Amino acid sequence: MSQTADVGVKPPPPRDERVAQRSLLSRLLTRPEIGALVGAIIIYIIFFAVAPPFRDLDSLATVLYVSSTYGIPAVAVALLMIGGEFDLSAGVAVTSSALVASMFSYQFTVNMWVGVVVALVVALAIGFINGYLVVRTGIPSFLVTLGTFFMLRGLNLAVTKLVTGNVGTNDVSNIQGFESARKVFASTFTVGGVAIRVTLLWWLLFVVAGTWVLLRTHIGNWIFAVGGSAPNSRAVGVPVNRVKIGLFMTVGFLCWFTGMHILFAFNTVQSGIGVGNEFIYIVAAVVGGCLLTGGYGSAIGAAIGAFIFGMANQGIVYAGWNPDWFYFFLGALLLGAILLNNWVRKRAEAMR
Amino acid sequence: MIRLRHHPLVAVLAVLLLLAAAGCSSSGGKKAEQASQNVSTGKANTPNMTIAMVTHGAPSDTFWDIIRKGASAAAAKDNVTLKYSSDPDSGKQATLIQSAIDSKVDGIAVTLPDPPAIAPAVKKAIAAGIPVVAFNAGIGQYQESGAMSYFGSDESLAGQTAGKRASDDGYKHVLCVIQFQGQVQLEARCDGVKSTFSGKWDKIYVNGNDRPAEQSTIAAKLKQDSSIDFVITLGAPDALAAMNAVKDSGSKAKVGTFDFNPQIPPKIQSGELQWAIDQQPYLQGYLSVDSLWLYKTNGNVLGGGKPTLTGPFVVDKSNIGVVGKFAASGTR
Repeated sequence: MSQTADVGVKPPPPRDERVAQRSLLSRLLTRPEIGALVGAIIIYIIFFAVAPPFRDLDSLATVLYVSSTYGIPAVAVALLMIGGEFDLSAGVAVTSSALVASMFSYQFTVNMWVGVVVALVVALAIGFINGYLVVRTGIPSFLVTLGTFFMLRGLNLAVTKLVTGNVGTNDVSNIQGFESARKVFASTFTVGGVAIRVTLLWWLLFVVAGTWVLLRTHIGNWIFAVGGSAPNSRAVGVPVNRVKIGLFMTVGFLCWFTGMHILFAFNTVQSGIGVGNEFIYIVAAVVGGCLLTGGYGSAIGAAIGAFIFGMANQGIVYAGWNPDWFYFFLGALLLGAILLNNWVRKRAEAMR
Repeated sequence: MIRLRHHPLVAVLAVLLLLAAAGCSSSGGKKAEQASQNVSTGKANTPNMTIAMVTHGAPSDTFWDIIRKGASAAAAKDNVTLKYSSDPDSGKQATLIQSAIDSKVDGIAVTLPDPPAIAPAVKKAIAAGIPVVAFNAGIGQYQESGAMSYFGSDESLAGQTAGKRASDDGYKHVLCVIQFQGQVQLEARCDGVKSTFSGKWDKIYVNGNDRPAEQSTIAAKLKQDSSIDFVITLGAPDALAAMNAVKDSGSKAKVGTFDFNPQIPPKIQSGELQWAIDQQPYLQGYLSVDSLWLYKTNGNVLGGGKPTLTGPFVVDKSNIGVVGKFAASGTR
């Protein structure tokens, strides 16, 4: 890979009013995730007030756990959206990874870690194919990944039935290597009497890594540039195709990780699960400040978006609201969060 | 284009092969799987006939898979060519019945989840001289549609059985977990539980397509109301999520479930799951095909026009020994 076309590091231009120092508050308020942060705090306060069980640290741990299962793929989906593309196959790709790892280890009676590695290769390949098709054909990623979404959905079921004769995989919990893999992907530890899922730590790690790449590396600059305008980026020497394929493969990687969590948390995998989650990842990224048109957003925002979704999802139950209305409340809370996000961002822009 | 020797893919494959060679597991896996006892019998020497089975089952649902296995077993025995199709959308299911009529099959087995939408197609089939049996759903309406037999359970009755059992076991507050919103038969089960359960009753909707979310939502509910001492799930995969949720929330609640899959018997054996209400889907598929074959070859009507019940059948610690070994091979 050529590093000569590095657009991230430019010689410092002569100072003018456009690079004048801004106050810390003003810099904070113009971050993409600020609106989501305000929304998260308000939703937290609402549920803290109306749902007594929500106040327990245990409950917060549960909320954070369910948020992390959305938040991990959402990091990659946010990066992809900043890069100007969508991936509708992410939800079922999670299931594909879990199915591959489980069936490979079971059918060949090999150590669980072999299946885990094979699944990683498959997941990266799915990401590569998505990315390759998008950059090669020029068809919008919404359509390309819609196609791969249906194909994966069919493959998940058909291959599982072909291999196992059933619609779910066999129990793999007594295969060698399962315990060590479970420790990595799906263990629980207690801090001060509160059970914390390991996915929470991984989530934080991925968010930090994603933020670092976006803000501190030239790859991050490339991602923003590609999402802002692909032809312009290409003109200044950004390897647009590589960036896009890389982003799709990142989505593949984090889908793989989430799939491994589901496999090692539940021992078996049903081939039909995961459908619909791709939208939750996108919702997390958008609530967290990513623009649907690309070029703008943050990984931290996607994490806050996933947290808002997790809080709304669980908080309604903690509050004991009528279950018939669950999805109505969920939708209303999300819409409220997005409206608030927009309002805060406009006020912040006006302040500049 | 691709220089094979130094291509990264080759290296990856080589590493994988090495891993596979070095990483053989000495426990579990396919090698440990006992050769499943397939139901195999002789084959009838009656002329080959084609039977269409049209259901509202979701493609990747264990339950429907077992129905299909029962139907295939009967088809193999009766020298029948089985054409299975399904669509959860009742309008599309009616279209599938129409295609079966168009292809002039010898018999049709249908589910009737939404009789007003599907009964007209059934009547058309009968008018075209094709015998129809109903199974799984539509116990109250199959006669009206003209179907000659019904094989299945009654969702309300199954719910009542579960509710009564939970009362008899001495539970005070039951939580019914519905994994898909807006499905009549799932609501009927929970309402059945409500009608016979002596204590307090609550229900909750979860996302059956997302296990971690499902588990967390049930855990949240158990936390929100600590008086819940029994959880009833409406599908076998959901029972596993509920058992995990009970552990997560530190609740003392026990779990019971509707339906059955290979993961259920070990849980009943170990006492983690109290019981499962089975409606014997294998039997529903098997009897549907077999009864059509009997009708075509000998003019018999199984059940004599009355519904033939395949459930509710309660599987608990007392009879798990018999049922468990068949469930392990995915036919029960």
